[in-house]
Amino acid sequence: MPGKIITVSSGKGGVGKTTTTANLSIALAMLGYRVTCIDADIGLRNLDVMLGLESHVYYDIINYVEGHCRLRQAMIRDTRYPELSLLPAAQTRGKEALKVEDMVRVAHEAAEMAQFVIIDSPAGIEHGFRYATAPADLVLVVTNPEVTALRDADRVIGLLEADGYAPAQLILNRYNPELVRKNGMLSAETVVDLLAVDLIGIVPEDSKVLAASNQGQPVALDDRSAAGRAFRDIARRLSGEDVPIEALQERKFLRKLFGSRRKELA
Amino acid sequence: MKLFDLFRRRSSSTQDIAAERLRLVLTHDRANIAPGMLEVLKDEIIAVISKHLDIDADKVVVNFTEDNRETRLMADIPVHTARSRRAEGKV
Ligand SMILES: Nc1ncnc2c1ncn2[C@@H]1O[C@H](COP(=O)(O)OP(=O)(O)O)[C@@H](O)[C@H]1O
Ligand SMILES: [Mg+2]
Repeated sequence: MPGKIITVSSGKGGVGKTTTTANLSIALAMLGYRVTCIDADIGLRNLDVMLGLESHVYYDIINYVEGHCRLRQAMIRDTRYPELSLLPAAQTRGKEALKVEDMVRVAHEAAEMAQFVIIDSPAGIEHGFRYATAPADLVLVVTNPEVTALRDADRVIGLLEADGYAPAQLILNRYNPELVRKNGMLSAETVVDLLAVDLIGIVPEDSKVLAASNQGQPVALDDRSAAGRAFRDIARRLSGEDVPIEALQERKFLRKLFGSRRKELA
Repeated sequence: MKLFDLFRRRSSSTQDIAAERLRLVLTHDRANIAPGMLEVLKDEIIAVISKHLDIDADKVVVNFTEDNRETRLMADIPVHTARSRRAEGKV
């Protein structure tokens, strides 16, 4: 059976797509799954750096599509987790070098060799978004708890719904429960309510993410990182396990203690 | 509960403002209409309805409601009747 193809998308740039792709890929490999991640951000290659694999790049996805190498040659195997491999983006080409049908073919070929194929999309809702989401069985929409990022996420969800291809699930990244408690940040409940989409995970704001990316050691590898734990939980959910969402559990507990505000207003 | 209320902010928090602004942009984005155009639409609705009914144009409310990604345009249009006219002392 071919593996599941998951695309990580967002609309807005800088919300954590590449961070999410790197961490979920590592976390799934840590669970023992064969994982191939594909960097579809042609021209802005980053996934190799986040995974600490940049010095192993010889060929890229465009080289393969244009027939200059075999798929296996372009794929880099992670030495920490041999189950994990990366198909890097081309750095000196443009997005137009990758046609939608090429991306679909590459993703399906990768899915023949892996249990999960995770695709990191470029920002925007144009061609790069189209080719990255075209092969997906599931699209993970990454967003931050701020109005601009959420608006863009809603656009992406709307486009996916209109296409009717793949279901979308939301990852709320850079969440700050402390700030939410002080009413300074949109709560996960409000976000889910307004976007009316399935939530697959909440990743807290965590300073370890930046250091991890600079060191090429994704936080999922760090036992003490809260963001790392959140990514590992999402990976378990993707593998079919029923793992409660920690940040929501906390709030349910508080509400039990103090009663919900909605009830008070009623 | 009253005591606990003391610890809550009275005026709108960043959270409330963000939620309200998000709700508004999402609704207009999903319906694909610029917020300003809703006013134009409202005026046109009033003009059309007025041809057939005696309505209270000042009290017309036109807005969107949202339920689970389903958007509805709601128009609340008070109609003048013999009784309402009497109540307002216009007859
Ligand atoms: N949970 C988090 N906590 C703190 N910083 C984060 C978190 N997620 C992402 N970042 C930071 O946000 C920036 C953008 O992340 P990146 O994954 O490159 O976004 P994208 O791929 O969507 O453009 C990076 O500097 C990254 O370190
Ligand atoms: Mg990126």
